[in-house]
Amino acid sequence: MEANGTKGLVLEEPLIFEKSFPGRAGIGPAPSDVPEADPASVLPSKFLRKGIEGFPDISEMDAARHYTRLSQWNFGLDSGFYPLGSCTMKYNPKINETAARLPGFAMLHPYQPEHLSQGALELMHSLEGYLAEISGMEAITLQPSAGAHGELCGLLMMAAYFKAQGKPRTKIIIPDTAHGTNPASSHLAGFKVVPVKTEGKGALSVEMVRAVMDEDTAGLMLTNPNTIGLFERNIKEIADLVHSKGGLVYCDGANMNAIMGLVKLGDLGVDVVQLNLHKTFSTPHGGGGPGSGPVGVGKVLEPYLPCPRIKKEGGKYSLDFNRPDTIGRMKAFYGNFSIMVRAYSYIRRMGGAGLKRASETAILNANYIKERLKGTYHLAFDEPCMHEAVFSDKFQLGSGISTMDIAKRLIDYGYHPPTVYFPLVVHGAIMIEPTETETVDTLDRFIEVMKAIAEEAKTNPQLLKDAPTKTKIRRVDETRAAREPILRWK
Amino acid sequence: MPYIPHTAKDIEKILKAVGAGSAEELFSQLPAASRLKGPLAIPDGLSEQDLLSHLKALSSKNSTVEEYSCFLGAGAYNHYIPSIVDAVISRSEFYTSYTPYQPELSQGTLQAIFEYQTLVCQLTGMDVANASLYDGATAVAEAALMARRITGRQGIVLASALHPEYRETVATYLTGTGDHLSQALYCAETGTTLPESIDAACDDNTACVIIQHPNFFGSLEDIEAIAEVVHRKKALLVVAVTEAVSFGLLKSLGDSGCDIAVGENQSFGNPLSYGGPYLGFMATKSEFVRQMPGRLIGQTVDREGRRAFCLTFATREQHIRRERATSNICTNHGLCALAASVHMVSLGSGGLRKLAALNLSKAEYLKKKLKESGVEAAFTSPTFNEFTVKVKGGAEAALKKLLDKKIIGGLALKRYYPELGEHLLIAATEMNSKEEMDNLAGLLK
Repeated sequence: MEANGTKGLVLEEPLIFEKSFPGRAGIGPAPSDVPEADPASVLPSKFLRKGIEGFPDISEMDAARHYTRLSQWNFGLDSGFYPLGSCTMKYNPKINETAARLPGFAMLHPYQPEHLSQGALELMHSLEGYLAEISGMEAITLQPSAGAHGELCGLLMMAAYFKAQGKPRTKIIIPDTAHGTNPASSHLAGFKVVPVKTEGKGALSVEMVRAVMDEDTAGLMLTNPNTIGLFERNIKEIADLVHSKGGLVYCDGANMNAIMGLVKLGDLGVDVVQLNLHKTFSTPHGGGGPGSGPVGVGKVLEPYLPCPRIKKEGGKYSLDFNRPDTIGRMKAFYGNFSIMVRAYSYIRRMGGAGLKRASETAILNANYIKERLKGTYHLAFDEPCMHEAVFSDKFQLGSGISTMDIAKRLIDYGYHPPTVYFPLVVHGAIMIEPTETETVDTLDRFIEVMKAIAEEAKTNPQLLKDAPTKTKIRRVDETRAAREPILRWK
Repeated sequence: MPYIPHTAKDIEKILKAVGAGSAEELFSQLPAASRLKGPLAIPDGLSEQDLLSHLKALSSKNSTVEEYSCFLGAGAYNHYIPSIVDAVISRSEFYTSYTPYQPELSQGTLQAIFEYQTLVCQLTGMDVANASLYDGATAVAEAALMARRITGRQGIVLASALHPEYRETVATYLTGTGDHLSQALYCAETGTTLPESIDAACDDNTACVIIQHPNFFGSLEDIEAIAEVVHRKKALLVVAVTEAVSFGLLKSLGDSGCDIAVGENQSFGNPLSYGGPYLGFMATKSEFVRQMPGRLIGQTVDREGRRAFCLTFATREQHIRRERATSNICTNHGLCALAASVHMVSLGSGGLRKLAALNLSKAEYLKKKLKESGVEAAFTSPTFNEFTVKVKGGAEAALKKLLDKKIIGGLALKRYYPELGEHLLIAATEMNSKEEMDNLAGLLK
């Protein structure tokens, strides 16, 4: 049974700079085994600095306490239920952490010779294969560092494809349900965004796309399953239409957790997709990264994949830089390798059948929440959902209660709030993604709490307005943070 | 199934609640014709024990920088990581949490990143730093885009002594919006970018000049002299740093005329990990803050007036501004920034200076030993912990010989600079012992 939020001993902790005491030593380097060079005699004075003003001097123990106390002000997945929609906050297996820290993975220099890196290259090559199989794409690059980075990579490949045909295209179609990264990445890739209103239907229709798709449009960027938690069931027909105009289909694979082993995007006419290892493949979010955003492509885009590619020949792995049509590189080196190790570890632990079961169970859990909360909270689209369900505050607005109040009240009950106010097409959205790793007991308890909050909204709305009260701090003044910016300690 | 807790009874309960006879009914929205008939062609799942054995076997096919003496740097540096770093970032409150959108539940991450922003400002001597970018290469690309927004100009001048992979990344990023790239060539004698070379590369459409310091050859650039030229052209100076330990000794970028400081903070607290995840940083002057990409943490108060932190200036970002955002970045490298902070803090100001001085000492010693072996520095400029030498008979042949003795002797520069066939880029850090360096120098005799 999930616990309520309760009071515990939470310690105040100043900024690290306020704890500093000049001259107090932390963990210094080893003594030198070579003659010490005096910087002032080796380097001209114009290159040298005196000291670093304000840099903290702390004992090791004080540093340990500092960060331990800070950690206790945080709520992680291991602290409790974290139903952030679109973020796929599934359990982060501990074995993955062990795997990433194996010296044979962690202590490799990216420029060490290939014959000394065969295990790393083999892992990456295998992971590419698994992701290709799961997504149904021809080839995968592991280079992008995050979902948005993958989007940019995919869109640049699309642009390169049209350029190579001698007919660059300038526009891209994006539905209004898209993540903000989609239009931002498109802009960066040089495309003008043509927004499509889904008009309260929650999903795209062939007609909506037909109305805007022309031969100056590179194609369509859609998220499937979409951010409403619905599968874009017309995807095949829409893809056929886009292809008939010479365009390509980009799929944002952020919600891949709903369809592993059930359908393959490659079979549905998708030409390019990014996968978020930090969502579907269980790697931790790290309080804001690092993630990893591999990109899968169909045959037509394969020549444009970033360099280097990982090649297997006669049982030997190597890095292939000889790719004349490549878009270039998205970053230095080969990608977020230690995140790849974690995702590989997850896939091998789950196996093909396990991955399918994960998606099926994620769908079951989401539908359970949807069904049991739908009378209490306004359900944006009342049809079977995929991995997440989107509610709104429509029923509560009459009591002067908004989504934000509901979210903050959940905190007092010991839950991380769902994603709120997204997707933008649902006013006051409350987007709940339970994932497959939560027990039904946890969901039951969460549902009870959500119902209790709905009741409180009617009988004692002030409770919600005041929430949270059990956290170390109360609601913060975000307006002041922007109006009177303090972005560093001085 | 691992990580999936459902029993048959649980599934029954769910199906009953949703009014479905079977799970299949819930998948009805998936196009029937495209439903997969067979299983995924992925090996069966392994027990945790078997998985670990498998991973260990796979990892043992690699040779580590502990098993070999490694003198590679070139944007990824082998430094000692104090145990406290992993202890802190292994706290699941940090590593299993999401981006701190709910400040009441994320004060730990928020304060830690606010401190990180401050540490980066202190190291670089700039006014304001963001929460993180992916890596040094993408940070440089973001700086180029930012300089365009600030100046309204399009031209980007890259020093040829900027990390080749950073230059390639900038080129990739700019293909969508028009590249307008030009190069300022390094001087074959000093190994640095001379102000006259910058002058020649700039025109009145130049948004920024991007140099690296110490540069890719390890040479220290005369930032102040370069800044003067760049500012005379009314462009911005972007300085990239790939070896952040150098901050412990080298004059701050802010004091040297830099407008946007970017680079790689991997040297602090982040293992080599075959190239990632690393930690891009960006710091700049206050006046440019609204043009910065990435997350920013600000200090504010809660309802009761207590100090609190939250994400701020979100109106620059993609989730609000969409196609008009300053960048598409969302997930960044928060945990890497935390690791870097813990390492910096555990060093302290004195420790960092000592570490930087130690790196300088090691490199100077190695230079001297190599010289005694007849291997001369290729360039005349001063260096920090990395330098370029010329090896008779070619760098690649020398590296091959060294590998037989379990030494990774550095990076042959020919791959990136065809004219530098004999040139070898060598880094020495606190991880390289005197004995290793003596061996290296002896074998190159």
